[in-house]
Amino acid sequence: MGSGGAGSITTGSLLLEAAGQVGWYGLLTRSVGPQIRGGEALAMVRLAPTPVTGHGDRYDVLVALDWHNASRFIAEVPLDDKSLILADANGGDPPPAILATGAHLVTLPFTDLADELPGARPNLLALGMLSELLGISMDSTTQAVIRTLSDKGLSAAHATDALAAGGQLTTTFPHTQRLAPPKPRDTGRYWLITGNQAAALGALRGGVRFAAVYPITPATDLSEWMAPRLQKLGGQLIQAEDEIASMNMVLGASFGGIPSMTITSGPGLALMTETLGLAVAAEVPAVVVNVMRGGPSTGIPTKSEQSDLNIALYGLHGDAPHLVLASQSVADCLTTTQWAVQLSEALQCPAIVLSDQFMGQALTICERPAPLPDAPPRRIASAGSDRYDRYALTEDGISPMAIPGTLGRQHTADGLEHNAHGTPSSGAADHLAQLNKRCTKLEQYDYGDAWAEIDGEGETVVLTWGSTAAAVLEAATQARASGLAVKVIALRLLSPTQPDKMALAMRGARRALVVEQSHSAQFHHFLRAYYPLPDQVEVISRPGPLPIRPGEVLNLLLHGNQS
Amino acid sequence: MNKAEPLIARYSHKDYKSAVKPIWCPGCGHFGVESSLFRALAYLELPPEQVAVVSGIGCSSRIPAYTQCYGFHGVHGRAPAVATGLKLARPELTVIVTSGDGDAFSIGGNHFIHACRRNVDMTLLVMDNEVYGMTKGQPSPTTPADWDSKIAPGGTGVNPFAPLAVALASGANFIARGFSGDPNGVARLLVEAIQHPGFSFVQVLSPCVTYRPEEKFWKKMVHSSSVEPTHDPAVAGHRLLSDDGFTTGVFYIGNRPTYTATVGTSDNDLSAIEEELAI
Repeated sequence: MGSGGAGSITTGSLLLEAAGQVGWYGLLTRSVGPQIRGGEALAMVRLAPTPVTGHGDRYDVLVALDWHNASRFIAEVPLDDKSLILADANGGDPPPAILATGAHLVTLPFTDLADELPGARPNLLALGMLSELLGISMDSTTQAVIRTLSDKGLSAAHATDALAAGGQLTTTFPHTQRLAPPKPRDTGRYWLITGNQAAALGALRGGVRFAAVYPITPATDLSEWMAPRLQKLGGQLIQAEDEIASMNMVLGASFGGIPSMTITSGPGLALMTETLGLAVAAEVPAVVVNVMRGGPSTGIPTKSEQSDLNIALYGLHGDAPHLVLASQSVADCLTTTQWAVQLSEALQCPAIVLSDQFMGQALTICERPAPLPDAPPRRIASAGSDRYDRYALTEDGISPMAIPGTLGRQHTADGLEHNAHGTPSSGAADHLAQLNKRCTKLEQYDYGDAWAEIDGEGETVVLTWGSTAAAVLEAATQARASGLAVKVIALRLLSPTQPDKMALAMRGARRALVVEQSHSAQFHHFLRAYYPLPDQVEVISRPGPLPIRPGEVLNLLLHGNQS
Repeated sequence: MNKAEPLIARYSHKDYKSAVKPIWCPGCGHFGVESSLFRALAYLELPPEQVAVVSGIGCSSRIPAYTQCYGFHGVHGRAPAVATGLKLARPELTVIVTSGDGDAFSIGGNHFIHACRRNVDMTLLVMDNEVYGMTKGQPSPTTPADWDSKIAPGGTGVNPFAPLAVALASGANFIARGFSGDPNGVARLLVEAIQHPGFSFVQVLSPCVTYRPEEKFWKKMVHSSSVEPTHDPAVAGHRLLSDDGFTTGVFYIGNRPTYTATVGTSDNDLSAIEEELAI
């Protein structure tokens, strides 16, 4: 951790990259204040010989480049008497709460040493030290540093010297932290990727070639990563004047036949809801990736929460069935977003993908997600001179959509209620028929097994969604080691609901735990509304920004609410 | 185009008209504007399936369903944004936004400004009757400050703004005003607006006989511009700000480059992008 601009996030990213090069897995999550410079920045890195998808319960090592804003982070960095704190000697005094954890504090001369070495910065010394401490090869670390920082004028010789000097610091204090050796793995099958990048890639894989966006934290880096890559593929991302415009531009481009998306966070999603209703009524495919942050209102823009579930599910006016999906991990941001594009195109219906700041801005090493099987594309009407009913009442509710330019298939896509032909109608029969059509097409579609990730078997079932799935899965593994049979159901498809599949998945369940990061227990209420739960239900529903950790879930699993 | 030239071409204006009967009141100015639009499309010999008419909400925004073109009838005020996405995705289409003074200047004011600024090749046709007709008679951004209404007894006390001047300041590339009582004149303006590259804005004074019956006298007040269109925004600005609001004709013809963006689905090879992520 350190003041904004001190290089904490860079240090963490480079450490993760170096560890990844030699075969470890890892996850870096970031916590920053709202300031552009001079605020605070914390990089939380978890490394393991097996894939890492979530936070752990504690940290072994805390490196403090300075203590200036540390008090704002204390709650996010659980330490204990086995933890080691390595702090710069000139970084100020550690907050009493940090000392009270019992962690072992070592003061080191990062800044003094950096002043003596050409090209060195304190964070580079800290990186060399961490690399040595954890047993990551210095070659790998040096390469990562040169790849990233050579653009900024750092020479390879200076980088090597600074990292080595940092490594030498480990001889000045006792330590036992060291990573278990990595398991051998194939090269070329792994990615270093953030959730926002993964979502962008999923959209590109799904065929999205137009995006209109408005900047908003913590979704902007998704748009920024996507913009040049869309151009490379012959597509375009444009910055609209506001979120309402971006959503409407998306509908315009999609009406023109191009799979299209927008990218936003809670306040932007609120502005888009009227137009999402239009997409439902006019049956125009569109994907919204909503990277959730603390709300309501401006809330906590830089930190994570799962509190946009209600607006995603229920935020549209009128009876407006639509798709709501949720990513479950950094890598799953790709899979879920691609699936959302496929579903939206096939069903001519808007899809909201809920990601969050935790996943979106977390950097991870993961196996390349396998390509999704091809899905049925948008059903297109070809040219003809016979009668064309844009909103024909078909058996599966999906009616072929004519793309402008197609001879003889002219129609008006309309937010007004309409008849099968597309002519505006306020008649009761047309309204009912079209409501049924739009509902039927979502209900009759075969979503396969991807509606949820189901792990394990047992009478105790943990129900969760989104990024909290990581902590739940880890807790379930630990609970099984303690002899408790646990089944985890993590929902990917939130709307439309899947009552039959859920009934099957919940068969034999006698106890349910619901785990979510929302103050008002939005997910719990959603489950209560649509799915039968057993008599015994326990709930963890806390707001962000503090993550729900595996230990908390494990404790509830093993000891119930009495503990 | 020569003003004396008759509008006769390969397509008849009837080829652009759908079977849907307009909801407009008898005597509404919009009938004339609709007819002008169809005449302009016929004159330009645009195949109906290559034209998209995009609109928001209000009496004027009902036009898409009355056409035999592709139509998009969206939410209130946002049609310029829909049209932007559509034109970028399908540059070969002719994209026309039909709107009213409430839709384009009030709820859609932000999109109006930025559509002018962005300068995508499309035509914004605003039927300005200085009133909200569909919601039965409320003041709009072009309604006089002292116009009495149920919602603003005694008037709003707020001066109307000058949409053509706003368009000029925002970067519109073609600015003109017509009068619905002169359908041929409006058709000529639309022909020129559609042909001119970039964002074209045509305001058509279109009386609301139901809520603003006094607008029937507009036919006595309109007068055509006695000067040639200018390419100089400073000259256009002076004319627009000193105008009485009833001058018809082309005020400004700009030469800003049109905003274009390539959008296509041809390249599906993601391997280079995916390779960037490899570790």
